Amino acid sequence: MTDTVTDTDITRAEVCVVACAEIFSGAGEIMASPMAPTPLIGARLARLTTEPDLLITDGEALIFADTPAVGASGPIEGWMPFRKVFDVVASGRRHVVMGANQIDRHGNQNLSAFGPLQQPTRQMFGVRGAPGNTVNHPTSYWVARHSTRVFGDSVDIVSGVGYDQIDPENPAFDDLDIHRVVTNLGVFDFGGPDHTFRALSLHPGVTVAEVAENTGFEVADLDKAPHTRLPTDEELTLIREVLDPKGVRNREVR
Amino acid sequence: MPAAPKDKTSTLDDVIGELRDGMTIGIGGWGSRRKPMALVRALARSDVKDLTVVTYGGPDLGLLCAAGKVSKAYYGFVSLDSPPFYDPWFARARTTGTITVREMDEGMVKCGLEAAAARLPFLPIRAGLGSDVVEFWEGELQTVTSPYPDADGRTQTLIAMPALRLDAAFVHLDLADSRGNAAYTGVDPYFDDLFCAAADRRYLETDQLVSTEVLVKSVPTQRLLLNRMNVDRVVHAPNGAHFTFAGAANNAAGANVTADYGRDEAFQRFYVESTKDAETWTAFSERFLVVDEETYQREIEAWRTEQEEAK
Repeated sequence: MTDTVTDTDITRAEVCVVACAEIFSGAGEIMASPMAPTPLIGARLARLTTEPDLLITDGEALIFADTPAVGASGPIEGWMPFRKVFDVVASGRRHVVMGANQIDRHGNQNLSAFGPLQQPTRQMFGVRGAPGNTVNHPTSYWVARHSTRVFGDSVDIVSGVGYDQIDPENPAFDDLDIHRVVTNLGVFDFGGPDHTFRALSLHPGVTVAEVAENTGFEVADLDKAPHTRLPTDEELTLIREVLDPKGVRNREVR
Repeated sequence: MPAAPKDKTSTLDDVIGELRDGMTIGIGGWGSRRKPMALVRALARSDVKDLTVVTYGGPDLGLLCAAGKVSKAYYGFVSLDSPPFYDPWFARARTTGTITVREMDEGMVKCGLEAAAARLPFLPIRAGLGSDVVEFWEGELQTVTSPYPDADGRTQTLIAMPALRLDAAFVHLDLADSRGNAAYTGVDPYFDDLFCAAADRRYLETDQLVSTEVLVKSVPTQRLLLNRMNVDRVVHAPNGAHFTFAGAANNAAGANVTADYGRDEAFQRFYVESTKDAETWTAFSERFLVVDEETYQREIEAWRTEQEEAK
């Protein structure tokens, strides 16, 4: 891996990892809480490059001192059992990257269930920490398969709070900040008109038509979106040799 | 001669004998981690019914749904913590509409238990605002407005999380004495002390029943999660948290601690597979659920041996 990598060698999964790392650009000394392999590799990549002060955990109760490979352990620097996680949530010093079964145009998210509240057609996790995360601190989403099933007109159950739920008279909503949505097709935010879903970049090889076909609503700035930047040589080396030598990322994004 | 201190050691039957139809029961642990499964199994095979369950849900809620014991559930999530993640019996109870749920943010469960522990009617919390949690509660969840305006003159309106008062709490700790002092040995206490503090009757099951002296010598002081004021009955239930995770996960426990088991992933998968049709579930139930705890533990060993031999 000493030779310079050419563009054609770079996989979609690696572009997604770098896009996930950039979620944490400028985050500072906060807890990065990625909930899936690709954003987890991304958070650790950010920590090994531009964001050394991020706190990361083993997903259980230990705060890592070092930045180990996905699935590996390492020296620790602190304790973060679940009850202390809720203290961090309330403090606002956290950026979570959650998954989503559904996301609508205003950023409402569902990971609870499909169908009516008291008799769903399909049961998932329940709302988990999504209501508290979204109302307290920066939240981003990772969607490995961008489709109209995920990005539809409305979500069945609002677990993650979207921008159209905000009461501007109530300061308790002031910290709602849905920072990014990274998918296998591109990078998005809610910077469109009235806090609507907006394209920031499309991954190399992804067309405007492909995103439009796989999104159930109009995507702001879709025609204008540039390509997502490619990983640098340093980032590629860190992804391939340090953080994910077994290629876990390639099982999530093909 | 002073009176002897209270010996709280009890059987599973002693505990079940104190429970009544319609009770609200809090279950400690988290997902598929250190759940008081011996107590849950005893409850599932009892005649007690029409229960309201408060939990960070895992297979505990699943097994109680399978037994038709649950009429209402308060939870932050329900997860098996490993594939296929969604508990099949909870899912069935939900999709058939047989339970009423008060689903909430995970932080709201902690908040509601803290309110009950402090004998407060509610505590304010941001989590829940703007989400469908409010709809799940069908009018039972209100907001509260701060008497203190923010610096800009606006006033915060927050969720008024009601106290989650429990008639009974079930928890599993790795190590305990006969009087109700108890310690966890893994990386996380979860919320077991809060469940006990929120309950009228507190039932503790433990892998290892030891003297007070051995207990306090075995673990650092900070691991002594429960004191005598938190506990009414102590049940010695070795491997009682099976098939969820328990015990010392990081060698942090002392030399006297023998409870040390991870989640039985193979058996948890077998539980999930057994729910696929009526026949396999009947077989699972007859072998592992309608039996007493001693038989359960023996059958688990036998099942493991069968799995090994089948390889």
